[in-house]
Parts: sequence; C-alpha cells; structure tokens
Amino acid sequence: MPIAFFVLAAVTLAGAICAMSLRNLVHCGLCLALTFAGLAAIYLQLSAEFVGLAQILVYVGAVAVLIVFTILLTKNAEVNISPVSRSWVVGLVVAIIVCASLIVPLMKSPSLQRAPGMTPNASVRLIGEKLMTQYVIPLEAIALVLTAALLGAVVIAMRDEPENKVGRGVPTAPRAGSGEGIESSSASPRRAEDSTPYHDAGVAAANRPVGPSSTT
Amino acid sequence: MTPLLYYIAFSALLFSIGLAGALTRRNAILVLIGIELMLNAANLNFIAFWRYSANANELTGIMFVIFSIGIAAAEAAVGLAIVIAIYRHYRTSQLNNVDNLKG
Amino acid sequence: MLWIVENLWLIPALPLVAAGLIALMKQSQRKPAAALAIGSLAFSFLLSCCAFAPTLQSSEGLFRKFHNFPWFDFGTTSLQLGWVLDPLTAVMLLMVTFVGTLIFIYSVGYMAHDENFTRFFCFLSLFAAAMLGIIIANSLLLLFISWELVGLASYLLIGFWYHKPSAAAAAKKAFIVTRIGDMGFLLGMLWLYSQTGTLLFYTNDGTGCLEHSALTKLVTAGTVGGMAISTAIALLIFCGAVGKSGQVPLHVWLPDAMEGPTPVSALIHAATMVAAGVFLVARVYPLMDADANGVTGASTALSVVTWVGAITAVFAALIAVAQTDIKRILAYSTVSQLGFMMMGLGVGGVAVGMFHLLTHAFFKALLFLGAGSVIHGCHDEQDICRMGGLRKFMPVTFATYAIGMMALCGVPIFFSGFWSKDEILHAAHGWTVSQIPFYLGVFGAFLTAFYMTRQMVHVFFGNSRVEFGTVTASEKRTHEHGGADTKQHRKVEFSSDVHESPRIMTVPLVVLAIGSIALGFFGTPAWPWLHSYLTGHELHANFGKLFEWGTLSMMLISTVVVAAGIGAGWFLYARKLTCDANEPDPLDRAQPALFRLLRKKFFVDELYNATVVRLNALFAAASDWFDRFIWNGLVQIASLITLGFSHLSRFIDQYIVNLGFDGGCDSLRSGARGFSRLQNGQVQSYLRVIGIGLAVLVLALLWGCRS
Repeated sequence: MPIAFFVLAAVTLAGAICAMSLRNLVHCGLCLALTFAGLAAIYLQLSAEFVGLAQILVYVGAVAVLIVFTILLTKNAEVNISPVSRSWVVGLVVAIIVCASLIVPLMKSPSLQRAPGMTPNASVRLIGEKLMTQYVIPLEAIALVLTAALLGAVVIAMRDEPENKVGRGVPTAPRAGSGEGIESSSASPRRAEDSTPYHDAGVAAANRPVGPSSTT
Repeated sequence: MTPLLYYIAFSALLFSIGLAGALTRRNAILVLIGIELMLNAANLNFIAFWRYSANANELTGIMFVIFSIGIAAAEAAVGLAIVIAIYRHYRTSQLNNVDNLKG
Repeated sequence: MLWIVENLWLIPALPLVAAGLIALMKQSQRKPAAALAIGSLAFSFLLSCCAFAPTLQSSEGLFRKFHNFPWFDFGTTSLQLGWVLDPLTAVMLLMVTFVGTLIFIYSVGYMAHDENFTRFFCFLSLFAAAMLGIIIANSLLLLFISWELVGLASYLLIGFWYHKPSAAAAAKKAFIVTRIGDMGFLLGMLWLYSQTGTLLFYTNDGTGCLEHSALTKLVTAGTVGGMAISTAIALLIFCGAVGKSGQVPLHVWLPDAMEGPTPVSALIHAATMVAAGVFLVARVYPLMDADANGVTGASTALSVVTWVGAITAVFAALIAVAQTDIKRILAYSTVSQLGFMMMGLGVGGVAVGMFHLLTHAFFKALLFLGAGSVIHGCHDEQDICRMGGLRKFMPVTFATYAIGMMALCGVPIFFSGFWSKDEILHAAHGWTVSQIPFYLGVFGAFLTAFYMTRQMVHVFFGNSRVEFGTVTASEKRTHEHGGADTKQHRKVEFSSDVHESPRIMTVPLVVLAIGSIALGFFGTPAWPWLHSYLTGHELHANFGKLFEWGTLSMMLISTVVVAAGIGAGWFLYARKLTCDANEPDPLDRAQPALFRLLRKKFFVDELYNATVVRLNALFAAASDWFDRFIWNGLVQIASLITLGFSHLSRFIDQYIVNLGFDGGCDSLRSGARGFSRLQNGQVQSYLRVIGIGLAVLVLALLWGCRS
C-alpha cells in the first residue's frame, strides 16, 4: 500500500513544484489542477471519498478554473521581467526554515507512530446527518460567508463607470462578475484595454470613447 | 498502510512548497496559488489525522475539511476579484509595484 | 541743674539754624540774610552773657557744670556727648560771640558790592556755629566734630571767590595741611578712648578722661618709646593744634588763607579759628600736665608745646619783616602771636595763654578790619609799597589801626597786649627747664614792634604812592571786591579818590579799639582777675605787686624792647618819608641775601613742594598705575572669564546641546526610518516575517517541551 501513496505523492509534489516554478502562468494554473487531482486521489486512498470528490468538484472544477480565468483577465504576457521577486533567496530560506521546523519535530514525535483504526463509515448520509444536527451552525455560517463572498467578489471586480459620460446609478449592461465559488461563472473575456483605471478616469475619458462592455 | 508520519511529512512538504512559492514569486496570482496549496496541505493533515484517529466515526476531520474547502473557495474568489481590481488600478499584477501602503 | 547749662546747646544752634535758613534763601535776599545772621549771633552773645553770670560766683573752687547724654548705643557701651560750662568756656563764648557780631556787622559794609552776599553770610553763620560747638564741647568727639566743621567753613570761606585759581588753591592747601594735624588728633583721640574707655571730659562719677582717675591710669599704665602714655596722647592731640593754629611746621596755610575776604581773615584767621588750637591745649591741659616729673617740674608734653611755640614766634616774626602785602604781614604776625600763646600755655598755664588769646582776638581783629578798610579805601590795593599818607584821608581807620598796632607791640600801661605779653615773658623767665624760650620771646617782641612800625609807616605816613590811572592795580585786585564786572568801576584816577570807609565799617573798629584797651586791665598783676577766674584761685587786689622787683623788671624789659623795636623801625623807614614805590627796602640794600631769605618765607613752601607734594604725587601716580593695570586688569580678567564662560556656554549649547538634540532627533528619525522599512508595502516580506515567526514559535515550543 505505501507504493500507491508514494506514486501519488510524487505526482502531487511534482505538480506543486511545477505550479510554483513555471514561468508561464497558464502552465502554473494547469499544474495546480494536477496537484489538486493528486490530492483528491490521496483523499480517496484515505477513505474520505466525499472529501476527495468534493475536492475535485470544487478545487479542480472551480478554483483552478477561476485562477486560469484571472490569468487570462490580467495581462501577464510580459516575459522580460523576472518571475521571482527581488529577494527571492530570503523567501526560499524562510520556506526551508519553516519546512525544517515542521519536519524535524515530526520525526521525533511519538504520537505519529500510531496504527490506523478500522475503516470508518464516512457515508454521505452520515455526513449530511452530521451537518444538519451537530454542525448546523457552522453550516449556516458558511452559507453566510459564501453569500458575502459572492457579493463581495462581484462588487470588487465591478468596473467603475466614468462620471462625465454616464450619470451615476444608471445601470449599464449587466456585467459578468468574476465568478463565484460554487456556481459556475460565465465571465466574458474582457480585454484589458477596455478597463479604465480609477486614477485615469478623467484623462482616459477624454481620450477614448467609453464603451461599457460593448463587446458583450 | 503507510505510516501516518509519511502523510504528515508529505503535507509539511506541500505546505513548504506552497510557502516558498508565495514568498518568491512576483505575480499576485501565483501567491494566491501558493496560498491554495498551503490550505490544501492543511486539509490533507486533517484527513490523515482523522483516518488514523481512535474514533473516526465522529467524522470530525471530514467536517472540518468540508468547511475548509468552502472557505477556501470563497477566499479564492474574493482574492482573485481583488487581483483584478488591483490590475485595473495599477495596470500591473506584480506585487512589487503595489506598495502604496508602505510606511 | 541750671537752665543755661541744660540749654547751652542753644548757643551754637542758633547760628546753625540761621545758616540753614540762609542757605535756602535766594541770592537777592541780602537784607534778610544779614539780619538773620547778625541777629542769631547777637542772641548767642546774650545767651553767653547768661552763661557767664553763674560762673562768676565760685564758692566751691572752680565752677564746672556739665550735661552729658548718650548719642547712640552699640552693644553694651554707648557714645556720650555733652557740654560743659566752666570759666574757660564762658570767657571764650563771650569773646567769640562779641567779636563775631562786630565782624558780621562790618561785613555788611565790606561785602556790599559782592554778588554772593547771601552765601557769605551763610558760611559765616556756619563757621560761628561750629566754633561755638568747639567751645562748649564736653566730649572730645563733639569737639572733633565741630573742629572738622570749622575746617570746612574755613575752606568754604577762603575759597569764597572760587573762580580765582589762587583762592581755590589756598583753600585746598588750608584744608589739607590742617588735615595732617587732624590725623594726629584723631589718633590721639582713639588711643585715649581705648585707654580710658570714655571721650567725655568730665562726668558725674569722675570717670571723665580729664579727671583724676583717668589721668593717673594714663600716667602709670605704661610707657611707649620712653614716654608715658599720657604724654604720647597729649602730643598727638597737640598735632591737631599745630595744624589748626599754624605752628611750625604746619604754618604754611595761614598766609595763603589771606586770599579770602578780609572779614574772613579777621574772624577766622585772627581771632577765633586759629585760636581754637590754643583753646584745645587749654581744654586738655590736665592731660598735658599729667606726667609732671618731679625733677624739672614740667611735663614733657608741655615742654614740647613751649618749644614749638617759641620757635614759631620767632620764625614767623622774621618772615613778617620782609613782606609787602598788608594782609600777609598781619598773617605772619598772627602766626607769631599764636606761638606766643602756645609758649604761654606751656610755661605759665591756662590763664597766661588764654589771657593773651583774648587780648589778641580783639586787637588782631581790629588790625585786620582796619586793613580791610584800607584796602577798601585804596580800591583793592594790597601792596604797602603802593600805599602811603593815608593818615590824612582815613583818620578813623588810622586812629583805630594805631591803637591796634600799639596793643600788638605791647606799648606799656594802656594797651592790653603789653599786659598779656608781659605775663608770658614773666612766666617764661620763671620756667625751670630752660631760659631760651624767654630770650626767643624777647626777640620776638622786638621783631613784632619792628615790623608793625614798618607797616604803619608805609601805609599811613609819607606821601601817597597810590598810582594814578591804575588800570593795573584794579585789575590785580578786582576780586577783592568780587566779580570781574567791577573792573570797569574801580579805576583810580587821582589819589584824592582814596576815601574813608562808611560808618558801618568804622563803628566796629572803634568798638574793638575800646576793647583792646580795656581788656588789658583785667589781667594786670595788681588785679589778676582773669587768672583767678580761670584757675579758681583767690583774687587779691594788690597794687603794690606792681612794684615788686620780679614784675617790675619784666615790665621794664618789655618796655625797653618795644621802644627799641619802634625806634629801629622809625629810624629805618620813617626818615625818608617820600620814598618811591619801586625803591628797594633799606634792609634789602643792607643784607640782600638775608632779606631775600625772609621774603621767600625761608623757602618752606618750596621745601614742602619738593618733598611732600612730590612724594604725594608719586604715590598718586603709583596708585593710578596700580588701579589702571592691576585692579583694572583684575576686573578685565574677571570680565574675560565671564566672557569665556559665555563663549563656553554658547559652544556647549551650539555644538553639544544642539547637536546632541539634533543628533538625538536624527537618530530617532533614522531609527524610525529603519523601522518603517519593515512596513514597505510588500506583502511578500510580511509573509516572510510570518514564516519566521512560525519557526520561532515552533522552536519555543520545542524548547519548552524539552524538559
């Protein structure tokens, strides 16, 4: 059995390393998806079927796609700038220190030398029961959080209208939000040239025609 | 069965890789990717400990992870919305240039 | 206690108040000023008569009543002042107030054309008050205070015409020379106080410094330099008298003091102030006589007094022979007569000296006032070589002057000077220590007669030598009548311009002449009233005493000496009565070198100038150098130190405090800047710090779990 774990771990780690170190951002996003998939497999191996599938649904299906969309929305095609920040060595060293500080105690810890119990019954029915009885409050809370995140993401990513062309409050064409968590997003690709930075509002308005999502 | 230690060590490694990426890469999106990796490593930790725990029928690990995944998704959505907003404002998504809050 | 003794202080207080009031008056209020001055002094004269009356009855020996009071206390002791009424006081009070009143009246006429009339009377009143203060003092301290006030008044009056440089210089000289004597006086006073603990002369319980207990203590207390302490103190006090009474060597100020107006010369430098020295010796006579040693019967102090007096008498008389200024002759004559007085005190006691003082006051005041009248009549001419034949023009002046001259020379029987000088010679002849003062006195009497005859002949006899059209004469002596503006009014065109003085000036002359004659009869050997009055001995009127060989021989010697003097003067000067103004003196032709020596006053002034004055100037220069370089240097150094400190503070402030402060602020700022670099807005660096923090936490946990 460890062999399965090693293979999966190797794949996941490779995916993680690639996600972190590749230059092309889209490749990073795709490797991230691979990492998530590998993690899902490990969850399945650990008899947490629901979690594994939820991982695939949410992470691979939504988060990774979201990341790819964002990569596409922000123009990151410049290749002549360095992909790492200026003092990347320090960051690396810090990460190594953290890693060491995590792993070294792990090695010595006696509480990790335990055998697994029986295969637990992690059926969906039980999970549902638990959600509705024991964990109902966190359930409601997370519903609120998700609602807030939905609204917040829409508001934050909403484009600001310049004031001299269109009055306030005039609803423009419905814009597609940057996507929410659970529902799939249908964000229209948007060219970066169309977006008007806030601080250029006045100037840009004079220079180019303001076309609110004319491409939609 | 693989010893619990392997899972935890693996999760630690994954966490460190995610941290390394968040600390070294310039692009904001990659920092968010690193953060997602760190969250996932933590999730793996939970599941591993749940599986090897004494009363696994309580499903506490699974519950925790369900909520963690939910929160992570919400956070990723909002974070990416912020990245888009920042991109609109600064015309760049390089984190070096976004330093208006410096002291 | 008699009322008058209690209120004896009124006698000097009245002129003092008058002086104060006159000082407040304007210069134009002449009549009130003169009236106030004369009135106050006349009233003092009346009070003196009241004081004189009780002293006449001396049932219990010598009358002496005094009134002492404490002046101020310090600690347990207190300084006492007081006044005393005894025969000496009473007779001096009478003389000073009487002669003073007459001279005040005379001054009204003499200073009539002077613009500073009021100031003159203010100073005169001040002088009178101070002189009376000397007389009534029962305390050496009060006497000294009045002594100094008299010196001040003398300075003010000698330099009355202060815009004349010679007058200002003469005033300074008088003050400074008498000050030298006063220094000795002060030292003697302090020593006396330290030895006896009191400065009062007479007290109720016999502790006064002139009373028996104090004197025996002083005599036996110890010796200093071979003489008893009482002798030393007495000699120091005598220094004051030497200065004030113009004895050799401090006589140099008196002739120069003739720069003052003539009434001043009469009052101060003939009758009263210079007599104050004699009075002082008479007052402290018990102290001077204290250590009379049995062998010679005369105390050391009194011997010194006698010798000084005798030498002065002859010295001054010799100089007077060769002078040509009418007032200078009289000034030297005064010095000579003061010498006689001192000699009289030394050999004969208080009565002998005081008798001559009293008679001298009258006839010397008379002579000076007469000289003033002559000067006034000749329109400020003072040189006797330029006067002559005034007997025709000023008969009253001539008559009174002649009386005064005969009194001074000692023409027998009728004139007071004969009796008083005879007493002195008689006492000198009887002096057991030595006969030399006697011979000196005889020689002095001869010289007195000689030079007075010379003066009389030059001034009053012969033809007038007063110059015609004398712009020069009036220019020379414009200030005698005060003010340069009178130059134009006083031109003498013809000698017939010489005129007699007004009545206000001649009446005092007549009164003084009467006094010069009458006073002598109070001290004849036949009826020595003054002696018994002053010494408290029994009075015996004995006409037969006049014909005793002792007294008769002395009278005959005096007569012969006077006749010889007058004869010699007449022989030399009166035979050629029509002499020219510029013709040299017969004596000058005979003995030019000796005459020059006498005319130049034995070169004493030049000697003093070359020694004392130069030494003083040297000291002054040295002090000035000292002050300029050393004290000034010290002050400069102090100021430099202060400057240095201020520079140092500025330096500290500028470089250390400021820089320190600035540096502190800068380091704070740079530290803050350094810290603010933590907040660089870079999210990733925040994240790094969080990572490191995580590692540190884990380490801490591990460390804690080690145990």
